Amino acid sequence: MSTLFEKIGGEAAVNAAVDIFYRKVLSDDSISHFFETTDMAAQHAKQKSFLTMAFGGPNDYTGADMRKAHAPLVEKGLNESHFNAVAGHLQSTLEELNVPADLIGEVMAIAGSTKDDVLGK
Amino acid sequence: MAKITYGDHHLQTEDGESVLDTLLRNNIDAPYSCKAGVCQTCIMQCGSGNLPEASQKELKDNLRKQGYFLSCQCYTENDLEIKLPDSEQLFVSANLIEKETLSPTVVRLRLQTATPLYYHAGQFINVKRADGLIRSYSLASLPSEDNLLELHVKRMDNGDMSHWISETFSVGESIEIDGPVGDCFYSSGSHNMPLLLVGSGTGLAPLIGILRDALHNNHSGPIYLYHAAFTEEELYLDKEIKSLINNANNVHYKPVVTKHMTEDYVVTGRSCEVALVEHPDLKDWQVYICGAPNMVKFMQQRAFLAGASMNNIHTDPFESKELRTEPRDS
Repeated sequence: MSTLFEKIGGEAAVNAAVDIFYRKVLSDDSISHFFETTDMAAQHAKQKSFLTMAFGGPNDYTGADMRKAHAPLVEKGLNESHFNAVAGHLQSTLEELNVPADLIGEVMAIAGSTKDDVLGK
Repeated sequence: MAKITYGDHHLQTEDGESVLDTLLRNNIDAPYSCKAGVCQTCIMQCGSGNLPEASQKELKDNLRKQGYFLSCQCYTENDLEIKLPDSEQLFVSANLIEKETLSPTVVRLRLQTATPLYYHAGQFINVKRADGLIRSYSLASLPSEDNLLELHVKRMDNGDMSHWISETFSVGESIEIDGPVGDCFYSSGSHNMPLLLVGSGTGLAPLIGILRDALHNNHSGPIYLYHAAFTEEELYLDKEIKSLINNANNVHYKPVVTKHMTEDYVVTGRSCEVALVEHPDLKDWQVYICGAPNMVKFMQQRAFLAGASMNNIHTDPFESKELRTEPRDS
């Protein structure tokens, strides 16, 4: 039985998705300010590791890292509506890439599991 | 918290602080310029301790093996013993062969090294004055066609180095250089792709190198070069570019003059927006953006949103101490 990461297409899938996904969040005025930064290449790399994690790939994320990394954003007002907007862009990215619905469901479940840590709850 | 040993100093890093920050906080006069892992001015050598990968990833293999690292990118949990590099190992002497005034603020230097430097047009070198002051300048020359290294130096209002180069540095004298550094250069793999080259001020220098490299490789896709300057006389290579591309039907040169705009307006990059108005869809383009950091960052995001892949957007922000009014945070 192959893993979710293998089924979805591995690193090639991450590479195909990252530009589309990052472009969507940067174009969304309700959340783009959380993603704007002086170092776009570094931010792009962060989106890539996030997608790798959400696709069930190798990663060393811990809940504590998630909390720490997002704490400054929570202070700036990051809330559930922003989280849901990002999740929506993730879903539509996968749909655009014609990922089968059952795999999208699995990815969304992984992404959803980070919610409390991201929002510092 | 890690312990940093630097000569007789025994220092402790604080949370979220780079090794460079630790040195500066302790009033140690360590060399640095961009604080963004780009210019490599802050390079140091580690005698003992395990370096974090990120502090070495931009360095060449041979330097990595010798324990060189960038102190501004070094966030360590491990104790390190560090020192400034032996400059003989990094820097070579270069002799000034030609110096030419291109505009009221820009001079062109042509330098010769004893052994040829291996580089790509568009990369940059670090130039060190006898007193140790270091600044980065991009290479406008093409190694396959030019024997000399060509730099364009713009006199900055508070620029110690650029004033000295403009007014004092003379033909026959030499200066130390190291490099090349950077990944803003032409790739022959993009042979058929459209190229968008956008530069402000002496951001033109690397772009001219890239343009000449593309022509040298018989680039078949269309090439659009936008050069933004405050005044017409600061379009300092206007005639030269026009004659360079005279026989190249696929190259389009668009000078942009912004003399009616305020300085703030230009620095935020709006003057270069014309490039995106004329090319709203950059999917499968190679994009090169060089010059004032605010313009570069603004255009990088706009180019990405216009469909260019992040891997195809190449930037060279001219980070410098003179351009900043306060220290960058990391």
